[in-house]
Amino acid sequence: MEKLFTKTTALTDKPFHYCPGCTHGIIHRLVAESIEELGLKDKAIGLAPVGCAVFANEYFNVDMQTTSHGRSPAIATGIKRALPDRIVFTYQGDGDLASIGCGEVNHAAVRGEKITTIFINNAIYGMTGGQAAPTTLLGQKTTTTPYGKDGDANGYPMKVCEMLAAHEGAYYLERVALWDTAHIIKAKKAIKKAFQYQAEGKGYCLIEVLGTCPTNWGCSPLEAFEWQKENMLPMYPLGVFKDKGGEE
Amino acid sequence: MIRLTINEELCKGCGLCVNACPKDLLRISTTKENAKSYNPAEMTNMEECIGCKSCALTCPDVCIEIVKE
Ligand SMILES: Cc1ncc(C[n+]2csc(CCOP(=O)(O)OP(=O)(O)O)c2C)c(N)n1
Ligand code: SF4
Repeated sequence: MEKLFTKTTALTDKPFHYCPGCTHGIIHRLVAESIEELGLKDKAIGLAPVGCAVFANEYFNVDMQTTSHGRSPAIATGIKRALPDRIVFTYQGDGDLASIGCGEVNHAAVRGEKITTIFINNAIYGMTGGQAAPTTLLGQKTTTTPYGKDGDANGYPMKVCEMLAAHEGAYYLERVALWDTAHIIKAKKAIKKAFQYQAEGKGYCLIEVLGTCPTNWGCSPLEAFEWQKENMLPMYPLGVFKDKGGEE
Repeated sequence: MIRLTINEELCKGCGLCVNACPKDLLRISTTKENAKSYNPAEMTNMEECIGCKSCALTCPDVCIEIVKE
């Protein structure tokens, strides 16, 4: 008997509490599989965000630390500097990373901290009921932009990979998506590479994953991917924004 | 032979696997209901499964297991 697919041991047996079809579950699996396949399970320390993934510490079968909202890159900095042989990663939503934690993530990248960030851009605050995030698209209706986000009144969409690419300390930045098997495999490759770079002692790596929030977008999980392709993709193109390892 | 098992208690019936299967072999059950009141996904024709793993790769709740016997 050959196992073709089985759950990675870097995830616990605890059932995810996420909504049906929410991409947080897919991303958890890709992160956990990457850690296991690289043999980093005993070395990994993850930082759970504030947001829907607030219980990530119960799902990853590695050492985990909970954090205050958006501050995990600062806490990760402390952990990595105190324990430089560990593999330290933050898992953050766009409210966590791009709003309240915008300072922490930028300075972690500016300093070139040798940590990995998995950033989930679902264009909305999920946990708190669908308020606008800095990544919310122009025209997108949320509970705080009921007539659609207006640039002059509410600001323009924030492009995190493009922003961090300006920092010399950023080592590897890529934006990926999950809407079909090919993209999921590509996303896993990027996540794994980001952990590989950290294991080699390279600088700051961030993988931006375009996520979906069917619940707060008000559609089915499948419709969410269609909406994402049509609306998010033009604003948030996929690809590598920086790869110092690839340049060498 | 490929054997695919779906953990019906973990499944939330989101339908992403149904869409991912290139052979169109999965469906959301109209008769079964799990403890959380979700209708889980089910396999309609095990013999036709090619073990490509597309369903398992897309399942957000990691409730699909596939073995080759
Ligand atoms: C200091 C602080 N401010 C605000 C909140 C309320 N809050 C909780 S989660 C959240 C945003 C979550 O959105 P995101 O990071 O995009 O994650 P998602 O839920 O979409 O996965 C906010 C504003 C908080 N918990 N703590
Ligand atoms: S509210 Fe949105 S982000 Fe949160 S678990 Fe549900 S679908 Fe996922």
